[in-house]
Amino acid sequence: MLLSINDLHASIADKEILKGVHLEVNKGEVHAIMGPNGTGKSTLASVIAGREVFEVTHGEITYQGKNLLKMAVEERAREGIFLGFQYPVEIPGVSITNFMRTAVNEIRKYKGLDPLSGIDFMRLMEEKKKLVEITSNLTNRSVNEGFSGGEKKKNEIFQMAMLEPTLAILDETDSGLDIDALRIVANGVNKLRRPDNAFVVITHYQRLLDYIVPDFVHVLFEGRIVKSGGKELALELEEKGYDWIKKAQE
Amino acid sequence: MESDSNNILHEVTKQEYKYGFVTDIDTEFAPRGLTEDTIRFISAKKNEPEFMLEFRLKAFRHWLTMKQPDWAHLTIEPIDFQDIIYYAAPKKKKELSGLDQVDPELLATFNKLGISLEEQKKLAGVAVDAVIDSVSVKTTFSETLSKYGIIFCSFSEAVQKHPDLVKQYMGSVVPYSDNFFAALNSAVFSDGSFCFIPKGVRCPVDLSTYFRINAANTGQFERTLIVAEEGAYVSYMEGCTAPQRDENQLHAAIVEIVALKDAEVKYSTVQNWYPGDKEGKGGIYNFVTKRGICKGSNAKISWTQVETGSAITWKYPSCILLGDNSIGEFYSVAVTNNHQQADTGTKMQHLGKNTRSTIISKGISAGKSNNSYRGLVRIAKNAVNSRNYSQCDSLLLGSACGAHTFPYIQVENKSSIVEHEATTSKISEDQLFYCQQRGIDMESAIGLIVNGYAKEVLRQLPMEFAVEAQKLLSISLEGSVG
Repeated sequence: MLLSINDLHASIADKEILKGVHLEVNKGEVHAIMGPNGTGKSTLASVIAGREVFEVTHGEITYQGKNLLKMAVEERAREGIFLGFQYPVEIPGVSITNFMRTAVNEIRKYKGLDPLSGIDFMRLMEEKKKLVEITSNLTNRSVNEGFSGGEKKKNEIFQMAMLEPTLAILDETDSGLDIDALRIVANGVNKLRRPDNAFVVITHYQRLLDYIVPDFVHVLFEGRIVKSGGKELALELEEKGYDWIKKAQE
Repeated sequence: MESDSNNILHEVTKQEYKYGFVTDIDTEFAPRGLTEDTIRFISAKKNEPEFMLEFRLKAFRHWLTMKQPDWAHLTIEPIDFQDIIYYAAPKKKKELSGLDQVDPELLATFNKLGISLEEQKKLAGVAVDAVIDSVSVKTTFSETLSKYGIIFCSFSEAVQKHPDLVKQYMGSVVPYSDNFFAALNSAVFSDGSFCFIPKGVRCPVDLSTYFRINAANTGQFERTLIVAEEGAYVSYMEGCTAPQRDENQLHAAIVEIVALKDAEVKYSTVQNWYPGDKEGKGGIYNFVTKRGICKGSNAKISWTQVETGSAITWKYPSCILLGDNSIGEFYSVAVTNNHQQADTGTKMQHLGKNTRSTIISKGISAGKSNNSYRGLVRIAKNAVNSRNYSQCDSLLLGSACGAHTFPYIQVENKSSIVEHEATTSKISEDQLFYCQQRGIDMESAIGLIVNGYAKEVLRQLPMEFAVEAQKLLSISLEGSVG
């Protein structure tokens, strides 16, 4: 078991958002989490990553046999958890190259490895850039500064490729993407899928799942996972809409 | 073995006096306080020619008529100017026998800065072979420079060996009557650097005070004069990223730069004097007058400063753009943390036609500190078709600090253009979380973000200086968030 979430309750400013989430993810799996807006999908992603504004009031998360909730944000990252942000933030003046080099070497240090030499790092970057089909000038620019929506999301996928996470959570990576960008993002994920890693793909629309075929689909509604199934559940949702779930809950 | 090498070192360090002006000076102190007698004492001790004594006395008499300025956005404890020793013969710092005798906190900082072990010993005042090295380096260095006709020596040495040049240029950019602290410096200055680049010569190396061994002891009332003749070029670096402690609380330096026709002077400084402790106790008062004049057409003066130290900083490196088409630049990063106060900026005086100036100021405030940018852009009536671009950014860390901007703009003709941009921002939780989610801890994340913010200025620094300055910025802000 890679990730096990048991009866997770979380709130922000005393408002409970997650009301008892259960989820189990094994290596080699791709899980899709779907659901209407405002039901707690992004909150779930943030809590797994360790964002402090969310308070976990009940339940536990076990990651690779460890109590994840006891770990600092950067420690979770170094242990292989990656969050692809819905709204990646701009960091003016910090080039993607410099940012990634710092991140890669911090993670290597944590694992007891020597930092990558400049040449090895550039080689790694070229390789990953090819993988996610991004052009060379993107990495010379400051992190997300002046990027289009599509460029920001491609940059998230590029960073994911660089850091080779064990568990990647993609928070609405498809939102605001045209079909070409969507395809590039999805291809990136597909190329990175391996038997020893796992993906949790959060999305509002079924569209992304035409490109990234999930093993499991979960519907998050009002802070709980109310329905789980195989990839055909996504199609059913597309056809019947979320009203179908809402009605079933009432 | 150990004691053998110590003996050798002892001999060598004694010999050091050979190389500086200090040879013929006895170890003596001037009496505490400041009178004409003190000035005469200093001048006599330094065996100065008559014109120097005259200059000092005129400055002193003028200083007596002046009051300490209070217009800066600073809170300054009263200074008792009669309680200062204005002259002490340069003395060797107390030597320690090994790094184990050095303050561990200081060593930790050295390590973070990536300063080599040998260098660490030198900075901390531990006797090492490096002394031998730097003597020989200094000698070869001077030989190389003299081939080009470049003069680079202590100010005192220049007074003895090149009195005509000193007489011609000293006080020509910062007159002794300029301001309270400039008058004080002119009366009592101890020593400093002198640099002269003759006509048409491009100085082949960055000149650094590092190569002037006794520069380390001239901190309190330092005086620097840089002259670049027609078509000459020099890049000059002052200061040191290693933390500098000094028992003298008041520092009032003067730097004058003269650039003749087609000359270019690039002046870079990193200032890291002791800022006081976390409660704001102690720390250096750094009241500096720095000014350059572009005397001829097409001359260029560029100031780049990274200010992280001192309890109080009062400093406005300025350019007088007298020659037509001359250029002035000011790039500054000023960091204040804990209880530090900084009131810093520049003055760009456009007097010649088609003159251009650029001001990039990046203030970073943390803790309970106060950081002000104060800048004047004046375009005189005859300075037609002149341009200025100013960008003043402030970055706040936490909510107990202050950032202030005081721009003064005077434009006296219609053909000139002045642009001023200013921003104030905070390091956001989102930015920190984003970095941490990529495996970068909080301290490193702040370092990364701050260096990104200051990049436009840091890239103006000579390469090796820039690398050190980057580390210094991160270290100066440690513990300021979270």
